Amino acid sequence: MIALLARRLSGLLVTLLIVSLLIFAVMDLLPGDPASIMLGTSASPETLAALHHDLGLDQPLILRYGQWLAGVVSGNLGQSYTYGVPVAGLIVERLAVTLPLALMAVVLSVMIAVPLGVLAASRRGGIFDIIATLFSQISIAVPAFWVALLLIILFSTMLGLMPAGGFPGWSAGVLPALQALVMPAVALAMPQAGVLTRVARSAVLDTMHEDFARTAVAKGLSRSAVLWRHIVPNALIPILTMIGLQFTFLIAGAVLVENVFNLPGLGRLALQALSQRDIIVMQDVVLFFAALVIVMNFIVDLSYLAIDPRMRKAA
Amino acid sequence: MIELSFAPSARFVRRLSLGAVVSAGLVMTAMTPAEAAKTTLTLGMSVEPTGLDPTIAAPVAIGQVTWQNVFEGLVTIDQAGKIQPQLAKNWKVSADGLTYTFKLQAGVKFHNGEAFDAASAKFSLDRARGADSVNPQKRFFASIASIDTPDAETLVLHLSAPTGSLIYWLGWPASVMVAPKTAADDKTTPVGTGPFKFASWAKGDKVELEKNADYWDKDAAAKLDKVTFRFIADPQAQAAALKSGDLDAFPEFAAPELMTSFDGDARVVTSIGNTELKVVAGMNNAKKPFDDKRVRQALMMAIDRKTVIDGAWSGLGTPIGSHYTPNDPGYQDMTGVLPYDVEKAKALLAEAGYPNGFSFTIKSPQMAYAPRSAEVMQAMFAEIGVTMTIEPTEFPAKWVQDIMKDRNFDMTIVAHAEPLDIDIYGRDPYYFNYKNPAFNALMQKVQETADPAAQSAIYGEAQKILAEDVPALYLFVMPKLGVWDKKLKGLWENEPIPSNVLSGVSWKE
Repeated sequence: MIALLARRLSGLLVTLLIVSLLIFAVMDLLPGDPASIMLGTSASPETLAALHHDLGLDQPLILRYGQWLAGVVSGNLGQSYTYGVPVAGLIVERLAVTLPLALMAVVLSVMIAVPLGVLAASRRGGIFDIIATLFSQISIAVPAFWVALLLIILFSTMLGLMPAGGFPGWSAGVLPALQALVMPAVALAMPQAGVLTRVARSAVLDTMHEDFARTAVAKGLSRSAVLWRHIVPNALIPILTMIGLQFTFLIAGAVLVENVFNLPGLGRLALQALSQRDIIVMQDVVLFFAALVIVMNFIVDLSYLAIDPRMRKAA
Repeated sequence: MIELSFAPSARFVRRLSLGAVVSAGLVMTAMTPAEAAKTTLTLGMSVEPTGLDPTIAAPVAIGQVTWQNVFEGLVTIDQAGKIQPQLAKNWKVSADGLTYTFKLQAGVKFHNGEAFDAASAKFSLDRARGADSVNPQKRFFASIASIDTPDAETLVLHLSAPTGSLIYWLGWPASVMVAPKTAADDKTTPVGTGPFKFASWAKGDKVELEKNADYWDKDAAAKLDKVTFRFIADPQAQAAALKSGDLDAFPEFAAPELMTSFDGDARVVTSIGNTELKVVAGMNNAKKPFDDKRVRQALMMAIDRKTVIDGAWSGLGTPIGSHYTPNDPGYQDMTGVLPYDVEKAKALLAEAGYPNGFSFTIKSPQMAYAPRSAEVMQAMFAEIGVTMTIEPTEFPAKWVQDIMKDRNFDMTIVAHAEPLDIDIYGRDPYYFNYKNPAFNALMQKVQETADPAAQSAIYGEAQKILAEDVPALYLFVMPKLGVWDKKLKGLWENEPIPSNVLSGVSWKE
């Protein structure tokens, strides 16, 4: 068990190192120079050179990579070229928006999808199944930003019930902050719930045909006892995997919804840093996304062990 | 029984509703004066500034938050585009145009308590022109040879060559006065002499300013106590924020096609003013076939500017025939020099040796006006047998690299934002690769005179040269699309320089 954890952890670190090298190389290949973007179209070559020196861009590539990596390891993510503040602070500020948003979306998606998927599978071909199929098809087909726009038109512009966008900050109180996140979370959760409904439905269907399910029925257990005590727990692995994937996807992929609702989240930070070629912010944010995916996978793996005793034995 | 039991309750309900109406009325009368005294403003902008120091980075959004609000200059540029004294009360230019003597305002303090005087003015200018300067407009200060400060209220600039635009340039965001002790931190916590003080910046969301109670100029003191700049990139989100009342104003609304959506909204007014944003399709004048003037003229004559404006910007915009806007001194309408004429365009092409047209690529940035204009132009060029391929080019990063640095392009399209920047055609190097000694001589002459009338005449000649030579296809000036609360007064309708000047803004019933 401990050997497994150690193996997984060292694998995780090696992956992160390779990813950091890739990120650095890709950023360097991107066309565009942060200094000339900052100085605009009138800057003279001398002014550009002065800014290059200020930003440390005149140093050799390998040295810059080394400095960045050493900084990241020691917890110093560097300073944003354009904002002029430490990147770590920027990421933390943005996470205070994106993390609760993604969490709300995941919870919403699970609350809708898991019961719907399970019911659809248990009464295959019945009314729940039809509803579930329709729901998942529609919600997968409709893009999140469009749902976002519809929500804004209905609840903000027409009814005036909700703020049209923006984020008051947690300092303004938990309730206003949560209120600002409700509509974005619904918009984000819809397509996820569609996918998750399908996964839950097929996972439950697959498990239904397993021997233990048949045995449980043969033992004379009630339909619902078989479903909730035997089938659903065994169908949880694909469902959990999907939730884990969705969570990382939501954090990294909320860019469009953050844009429509004008939320100062991590996705928008990444987008802005990209267009300004704020390379240091880009490197840090992408590395953070990568680390998040890797760590989430690690957690999902661990949760398999917690759920399924067979896997613990195998390990 | 039933009736009896109902009667009092009906009376009770009536009384209750009467009471409610009366108390609501009381509440409303009590609230009206409170509303009239509204002293905060929430204003929307499309682009968040990158840093808040206009003296070290170029993006116009920096000046649109801080210029005239937080930072002030020796002189300023007013609503009409005219130069006005500010931290300098007055100035004298020597007969040879080489010595500028400024008399400075007395008793002015920066927000950090430091005094503004000749020494801090010298510091600001030296910082902008020094060897380590990263001022985006460092060229403005190139002719300053030395600076003297005979006393605290006198600043003397000695120039190496006459510079007729110097006073105008000193009114720009890049030339503002900064406090010596805190200048290094202006990027995140700007300190100036302006009517508003910097309060906070929630990155990605908003910048807040508050009234400077110790402001030196009683006539221009802020009427608002607090101003919040909110940054909303998406045009749909901008419209929603305005309609839901989250924003009081959007002085530069980004989507002309959504302007009519405010038509029936009793709370807001819309305003269409001028900007300095010249949308031009610049060509690589060093490259075949664009090195042939007849080809450039043919392309210009193939374009119906009105149709471009309709297609790209919902018909809102002013056609131009040169790199000059109606805001600028000495403006002349040059749209008649090479008017839309397909037959003449074809003849010019044939004369230049392209009777069957040619093919080329336009590098179009992603800002809405560019691909839309390019698509209309594509159809018009097809009429004269010219095939134009549109290549989307990421702005600013890839665009700056390809066009400004590498000159790897045939044609591009971009809105030039700098006021009075007709001199870019005389700059070497600059992306048009345009070389015309006669034009350069005019630009030199502008700097040799400080007389506004003489300058206007020279600018007139320069416009004529560009209109005939068309180093770039001149399309239109962007409108300033303002949407704001009806009760809000004092926002600029035109934009002779990119800004949101808020000292004169207030709420009126």
